[in-house]
Amino acid sequence: MTRKKRRLTLVLVGMSCLGVAAALALSAFSDNLVFFYSPTDIAQKQPAAGRSMRIGGLVEDHSVTRTEGGKEITFKVTDGAHDLTVTYVGVPPDLFREGQGVIAEGKLDQGGVFVAASILAKHDERYMPKEVVDALKQSGQWRGDNPAASASAAPAVQAKAGS
Amino acid sequence: MTTLSIAELGHYALILALAVALVQAVLPMWGATRGDRALMAMAPNAALLQFGCVAFAMAALAHAYITSDFSVAMVIENSNSAKPMLYKITGVWGNHEGSMLLWVFILTGYGAAVALFGGNLPPALRARVLSIHGMIGVGFLLFILITSNPFLRVDQPPPDGQGMNPLLQDPGLAFHPPFLYLGYVGFSMAFSFAVAALIEGKVDAAWARWVRPWTLAAWCALTLGIALGSWWAYYELGWGGWWAWDPVENASFMPWLSGTALLHSAIVVEKRDTLKTWTIFLALLTFALSLLGTFLVRSGVLASVHAFATDPRRGAFILLLLGLVIGGSLLLYAVRAPTLRATGSFAVISREGALVLNNLLLSTACLTVFLGTLLPLFLDAVGGPKVSIGAPYYAATFMPLMMPMLVAVAIGPFLTWRRADLMPALAKLKVAFGVTLAVAVATGFVTQGKSFLAPLGLGVAAWIFAGTVAECMSRIRPFQRGAAIRAARQPRAAWGMTLAHAGLAMVVAGITVSTGWKQEGIQVLKPGQSMVVAGETYLLMSVKSIDGPDYSADQATVSVTGNGSLIAVMTPLQKHYPLQRQTVADVAIHTNLMADRYVVVGEKQPEGGWLMRIYWNPLVPWIWLGAVLMAIGGLVSLSDRRLRIGVPIRRRASSGKGSHVPA
Repeated sequence: MTRKKRRLTLVLVGMSCLGVAAALALSAFSDNLVFFYSPTDIAQKQPAAGRSMRIGGLVEDHSVTRTEGGKEITFKVTDGAHDLTVTYVGVPPDLFREGQGVIAEGKLDQGGVFVAASILAKHDERYMPKEVVDALKQSGQWRGDNPAASASAAPAVQAKAGS
Repeated sequence: MTTLSIAELGHYALILALAVALVQAVLPMWGATRGDRALMAMAPNAALLQFGCVAFAMAALAHAYITSDFSVAMVIENSNSAKPMLYKITGVWGNHEGSMLLWVFILTGYGAAVALFGGNLPPALRARVLSIHGMIGVGFLLFILITSNPFLRVDQPPPDGQGMNPLLQDPGLAFHPPFLYLGYVGFSMAFSFAVAALIEGKVDAAWARWVRPWTLAAWCALTLGIALGSWWAYYELGWGGWWAWDPVENASFMPWLSGTALLHSAIVVEKRDTLKTWTIFLALLTFALSLLGTFLVRSGVLASVHAFATDPRRGAFILLLLGLVIGGSLLLYAVRAPTLRATGSFAVISREGALVLNNLLLSTACLTVFLGTLLPLFLDAVGGPKVSIGAPYYAATFMPLMMPMLVAVAIGPFLTWRRADLMPALAKLKVAFGVTLAVAVATGFVTQGKSFLAPLGLGVAAWIFAGTVAECMSRIRPFQRGAAIRAARQPRAAWGMTLAHAGLAMVVAGITVSTGWKQEGIQVLKPGQSMVVAGETYLLMSVKSIDGPDYSADQATVSVTGNGSLIAVMTPLQKHYPLQRQTVADVAIHTNLMADRYVVVGEKQPEGGWLMRIYWNPLVPWIWLGAVLMAIGGLVSLSDRRLRIGVPIRRRASSGKGSHVPA
């Protein structure tokens, strides 16, 4: 095999590798993108039951109850404007508390209750999930430690509502 | 009280380090261009001095933590006088500012190593390598001093600090960042050598022989660092899993993938004097991905919006630095790479060909991880929908790309350099193929054909293991005379490969079995009640309150019985940290290296009893044991005479007597 042919083979193998990777990634993207919804999004857009999604907000005070002999916990997630009932079977992560930010991954059931398959465990108590912060800003409930951030969020909400 | 505290001295040392790094970045490079030996000779001294300054700063910060100097803002935020000594020390890097200082400390440490052990590098090459290294140092020291100064003081020191996140108070996590950074930053050596080679326009076997040990060392550390991180997530977060394709995990996995590719392509440069431009590109890419990983985790793009909100300069600085390093090196690559000439040629079916395949598959797999990690960030940045990408995406993209590579791992080492025949190589793998088939069929029988992933995964693991053993035996021929001599004559690098590939087989087996056969149970238990998981009875014997140094806890005592005999008594904890108002479950794990029994005690129920979650995780320990074996393989390979610095020259001088004199 000549040098040129060898190089051509290499390039072809490389391109086909990339092609396969691109095809796999594109098809996987269409099936496996998990969209984030705030409770307000859920109320307004009414996403279909049975599709995997993430939801997030604050765990509403006094909303956490245990059912099924303590195995299942039920709580409400709120962004101030709307709330959403979430159930989860299992031990919630260590940082799960009323009043704290939370993100859950799972599906809506027919009755509009969010059945969480997992509640995301995070490393840091000071951490507020970015999605939750944005959702709170959207609903005007953000009480961040940075006044500039909340002030600049307000026009953004209006701009969204006007468009 | 004292006018000049140790913390202030540490701050000055950092500023001095920046000045030295500037000198190291500029003068030796200029000297190398002009052929001025005096200027070139400044590089090693500057590197050592820079290391000394940063080491002093590191020690000053450690001193502030150990003595609980609450005039330093970072100590207030992350430490507490009641904290155990180990975590006072590891608290130094358990936060943004300190971890960046650790980063620079390791960076300058590598630079000092080149200065000390690189005495027989060509002087111009050494000057250029250290100059590039100095430039990286300048960037990071500026970043620390401008945006993340660990030595910021407060006027009114409070009586005590806020303490450290209890989740981070753990020996596994304490040593996770240093190993991870030894890996990340270690790839800066390959980067500096690659840029220096581009400037000089020369890449040869000697160059590869210089680069390979550094890459190997960095790769070993990164392997251990990732394994430690995953192990920590497994036993500390209490969810029974060990890898979640979280962006933070992917950030360390991407440089590992391209670093693994680099490790293999550097062999081709060294042995066959070809694949030069590709190897250079991988060296640039691996360090770029290391930087990206550091930044994804440390800039707060992923973990917290507060880092940006409180100091937007941090994010901007980081992006600028990333852009300069990646843009600058790629520009240089585009201009200079075509001038690098390869002399060796090879057929597609050859050892080189197999290594090229390894490289292509590793880098495309790395690309799919890259897309999955960055697409959500990108969409968010351009105001698109908020999305996340989880395990199903990686199962559909990463896994199929890795499969052919795993199959090739067993075949590649049987192929000869330059040109090989596939058939004789495959013929030597007959036994391995039989073993693989038997394992796959047996697995299929056990799972009753319900899942094809289990037979596939275990079959591949068996194939790699049997193939690796077969290759090792074909070299040693243990049943013929003189096997001991042949074994002793094997180069260490060959042993390293055998160990690392066997470790890979263990990892694949561990992943497959733990995913396919995991069992779990969850139930509220009162003392005296029991539950059954995986055929074994877990009896909650008692729960008592205990007090630790900075927490109080409920300690459950659980006995495990199977087949009528006691297997273990386990004591999981539910810890409460009053200072941080945080509750942390301390998992109890009982392992026999074949399976883990994993017990988590949850919160106390109002109507009495504790929520217990119990997992039976078969073969999970093999994932970490395999990773450790891979790292050991890397270290054995690192000890190869050929890679020991200076040996090539010295051996030529002594005309190779073949005796094992330690160099």
